[in-house]
Amino acid sequence: MSKALVSYLLSLADNTLILGHRNSEWCGHGPILEQDIAITNMALDCIGQARNFYQYTAQLMGNHTTEDSLAYLRDVTEFTNCLLVELPNGDWAQTVLRHFLFSTFQYYVYQQLQNSSDPQLAAIAEKGFKEITYHVRWSSEWVIRLGDGTEESKDRILQALDTVWGYTGELFQPADFDLQAQQEGWGADLLLVKRNWDEKIKAVFEEATIPMPATTWMHAGGKQGKHTEHLGFILAEMQFLQRAYPNSEW
Amino acid sequence: MSDSEKAGTTQANGAWPLWEIFIRSRQGLDHKHVGSLHAADAQMAIENARDVYTRRMEGISIWVVESKYIHASNPAEAGALYDPADDKAYRHPTFYHLPEELKHM
Repeated sequence: MSKALVSYLLSLADNTLILGHRNSEWCGHGPILEQDIAITNMALDCIGQARNFYQYTAQLMGNHTTEDSLAYLRDVTEFTNCLLVELPNGDWAQTVLRHFLFSTFQYYVYQQLQNSSDPQLAAIAEKGFKEITYHVRWSSEWVIRLGDGTEESKDRILQALDTVWGYTGELFQPADFDLQAQQEGWGADLLLVKRNWDEKIKAVFEEATIPMPATTWMHAGGKQGKHTEHLGFILAEMQFLQRAYPNSEW
Repeated sequence: MSDSEKAGTTQANGAWPLWEIFIRSRQGLDHKHVGSLHAADAQMAIENARDVYTRRMEGISIWVVESKYIHASNPAEAGALYDPADDKAYRHPTFYHLPEELKHM
C-alpha cells in the first residue's frame, strides 16, 4: 500500500499546490481589494493543504525527504497534478470558473477521504473539507453572477468554459494509484465523485444560464507526469529560490 | 422604492455600493462596527467581510448593512441631544445592589 499511498498523496498535494500558486498570481491584481483578499486567502488554503499532504508523504518516504524537497526539488515530469490546475489564469471569469470546477471535484474527494481507512489522510481531508466548502460556495456564486450577468460577463464565462472544459475529464480518469486507493478503502471512488460533480455543475450552470457543454475529447496526461507547457514556467518561478540558494530559509 | 434605492445598486460612478460591517467576536455579546467595504450584493458583502475582517479569528457572526441605510445623528446637535442628561444622576441604576449571578449589565 505504501508506494501507491505515496503516489496518491503526491497527486493530491501537487493539485492543490499548483492551483494555490495560480491563485496567488492574483495577489495585488484582483478586480477590487476585497476580492483580491478573497482569492489570496484561498491560495493560502490550497498551499496549506498541499503542505499537509507533502508532510505526510515525506514522513512515509523517510530518507531525509521534506515537504520542501517535494515541492521545490522535483522536476516537471515528477509532478502528477491534473492539467486543469496548471492552465493560465486568463481573465477573472476563467479563474473563477476553473476554481469552481476544480474545488467542486476536491469537495467530493475530500468528503469521501474523511472516511479513509488511513487515519492521517482522513484527518487532513477533514481539515481541508471546511476550506473547500467555502471555495465551492464563493466560486459558484461568481459563476452564477457572471453567467447570469451582463452581455460581456456572459461572453467571458462562455469563452472561459470553452478553454477549460476539455481539461475536466482527466479529473475522473483513474490512475493506477487511484484504483488501488479505492480498492483498499483509503482513497476516493472517482465514479461516485463524478456523479456528484456532474450534478453540482449542472445545477450551478442552470442557475447561471450556462448551457452544459457537449461531451468532447478530453486532455489528459498530468497524472502520468505529461504536462502542458505551462507547468515548467510555474516551477521555474516557484522553485527558483531553492535551486539557486539550496536550503535557504526565511 | 425607485431603482436607485434598491439594495446593492451600483453607484453612479460605477463602483459597487458600500456596506458597513458588524462583527460579533468570540467572547463578545453584541455585534460591533468594524469598518466598511464594497460589494455588489449582501451575500458578497458577507463573504468579503469574512475575508477582510475575520481572517485572524476575530469573529463568529457577521452583520452587513448597506451604508446608505445608516442614518446618523448630527454632531452639531450634540449639545441639545446629550447635555441635558448630564445632571440627571438618578437615571443611573447605581442605587441598587446587583445580584452576583447577574453578569453583563
